[in-house]
Amino acid sequence: MTNTGPDVRVAVDGPGGPIEAPAPGPAAAADLPARPGGTGTRPRAAWRLLLPSMTPWLAAGLVLVAGVVLLGVVGPWVVGDPDAISDTGLAGPSGEHWLGTTQTGQDVLAQLAHATRGSLQIGLLVGVLATVLSAFFGIYGAYLGGVADEAFSLLSNVFLVIPGLPLVIVISGFVPRESRGLWTIAVVLALTSWAASARVLRAQTLSVRNRDYVAASRLSGEKPWRVIAVEILPNLLPVLASQFVYAVIAAILGEAGLSFLGLGASNASTLGTMLFYAQNGFALPLGAWWWFVPPGLVIALFGMGLSLINFSIDEIINPRLKNARTARRRARAAQRAAGRTEVAR
Amino acid sequence: MNYVLRKLGFYAVALWAAVTLNFLIPRLLPGNPVDILLAKLQQRGGTVTPETREAYSALLGGDTTDSLLAQYGTYLANLLRGDLGVSVTYFPTPVNEVIGTSMPWTVVLVGIATVLAATIGVLLGAFVGWRPGTWLDSAVPLTTLLAAVPYFWLALVLVYLLSRVLGWFPSQGGYDVVLDPGWSPEFIASAVEYGFVPALTIVIASIGGWLLGMRNMMVSTLSEDYVLTARAKGLPQGQILRSYAARNAVLPSVAGFAISLGFVVSGSVVTEQVFSYPGIGSRLLAAVTNNDYALMQGVFLFITLAVLGANLVVDLLYGLIDPRTRAKA
Repeated sequence: MTNTGPDVRVAVDGPGGPIEAPAPGPAAAADLPARPGGTGTRPRAAWRLLLPSMTPWLAAGLVLVAGVVLLGVVGPWVVGDPDAISDTGLAGPSGEHWLGTTQTGQDVLAQLAHATRGSLQIGLLVGVLATVLSAFFGIYGAYLGGVADEAFSLLSNVFLVIPGLPLVIVISGFVPRESRGLWTIAVVLALTSWAASARVLRAQTLSVRNRDYVAASRLSGEKPWRVIAVEILPNLLPVLASQFVYAVIAAILGEAGLSFLGLGASNASTLGTMLFYAQNGFALPLGAWWWFVPPGLVIALFGMGLSLINFSIDEIINPRLKNARTARRRARAAQRAAGRTEVAR
Repeated sequence: MNYVLRKLGFYAVALWAAVTLNFLIPRLLPGNPVDILLAKLQQRGGTVTPETREAYSALLGGDTTDSLLAQYGTYLANLLRGDLGVSVTYFPTPVNEVIGTSMPWTVVLVGIATVLAATIGVLLGAFVGWRPGTWLDSAVPLTTLLAAVPYFWLALVLVYLLSRVLGWFPSQGGYDVVLDPGWSPEFIASAVEYGFVPALTIVIASIGGWLLGMRNMMVSTLSEDYVLTARAKGLPQGQILRSYAARNAVLPSVAGFAISLGFVVSGSVVTEQVFSYPGIGSRLLAAVTNNDYALMQGVFLFITLAVLGANLVVDLLYGLIDPRTRAKA
């Protein structure tokens, strides 16, 4: 499993914006002419504020995610049959087989493409289910307040401290193999992974529900679902988006662990099943690194890409983080500019 | 002391929830675990008396005519007496004993690795966050790669590199099997040697979260007024870093320990499989593959118990180091 979860979110609560110790006024002013367009830039459209601004890390994240999605969506059409057996078993990467072959001569790249599709499917499915669950318990509970809020919050805290994967393993162990389908695994993973984001959503909702326009809307007799959907939810969209992204990462990782143990969905082939076969086909003792390295690498790079995208979403949730970044950039540019003028003198 | 009572109350509720989940799962899911279990037991040469059947029914549900509530009562009573049934996988050892011999391995491994990862991660995070905007700070997003790596895959890669290619460490097991388990220096040395790669896996995979969390809080704390005041007073930089910034920034990392520990335990359960480590994770998997439901339930209960216990200790410590939690209570 991963630590990507709530730890990363810590900064959201606190005020961002570091102190740039040497940030004297004149230096900052010297920076102004250096900026293209200066102060005369047009104000950005309102909807553009909802989109993250492009940074190198965001670009890297988008490229990584797009690459893996491409592999999973388009890949299976391009590569051959993943189950086709040939007599070139355990061959290293070559021109014919880019990522080598498995013990029974199956093409690793073909398997990788199909497995990536399977993992993305389950990730998306669990991501949606877990986000819906956490939205229900987090937003609805916080909106209702009182006993319901206490109960929902206690429930999510309890689910948070009970270790997730052992619970999933036990549940999967009790479900007979025949009835262990894609949906069963997805539901089990979603049931055990919604708690952390419910807590984040609750905290955000609590701050939104006390704003004046929400009170006005309630006083004018709007129905609860309308207040939540129209007044509260739009404010939570960036938080929901980032929680969804974390849920997808956690789901792909959880499913991979489960399948690696042979407890995954019996009708799906995912990156975890690939690692399961690699482990049981003695890829490790035989030194067939091309068999077990790619699946894990795909998971890690996809997760990294999603986390990087999430950093940018965090900047929308907490504009202070963004201000901190622009302030840093300006201070650096100012220092450079100051250095230049000194040299010129 | 209100804070302590509230925390104790919460963990009591969490424990009750875990026990009840353990009770409900086999009864709500399809299949008849008691029959499968008894069939396995007979295969292993155990004699199935009506009493055995009754004992397993109390544990797992099944062909009793009792109401669910009465079953729950019997289940809780058995649990309180410490009766978790007999393991089928390690027949005729009782589940208690199987768990008792494997639990220390996991507790020591996960405990040491978590403390190491938290300490190194928090220290690194404090230093990186102390000077935001340097090249080191810009490289922080790279740690997301570590956070997204599956534990067991990292274990595979490390075993491949350190054991197979370089041959520095043994790749399987928890100790040299020619030695007798005990407190002899040779045995401890061998346990450390065998445990190094598993521990390294956990440290590498979990350090990113600690580092990132600490770094973010550090950046936030540096903009607080009291840090500015400390700077204005002309205090030495090292003192500001240690006594003003890092001390306050570390609090959320301590508070987030519960969530992190859950992830680490989940990850290490799967990782033990890669190393055939004699810990609780391997036992859980052996139980699952052998339909050893009694052992499965027992292991889950003990893992939960250990995680809840560790969290309780950290929460109580948190109450000591952060006076605000006590004031609010």
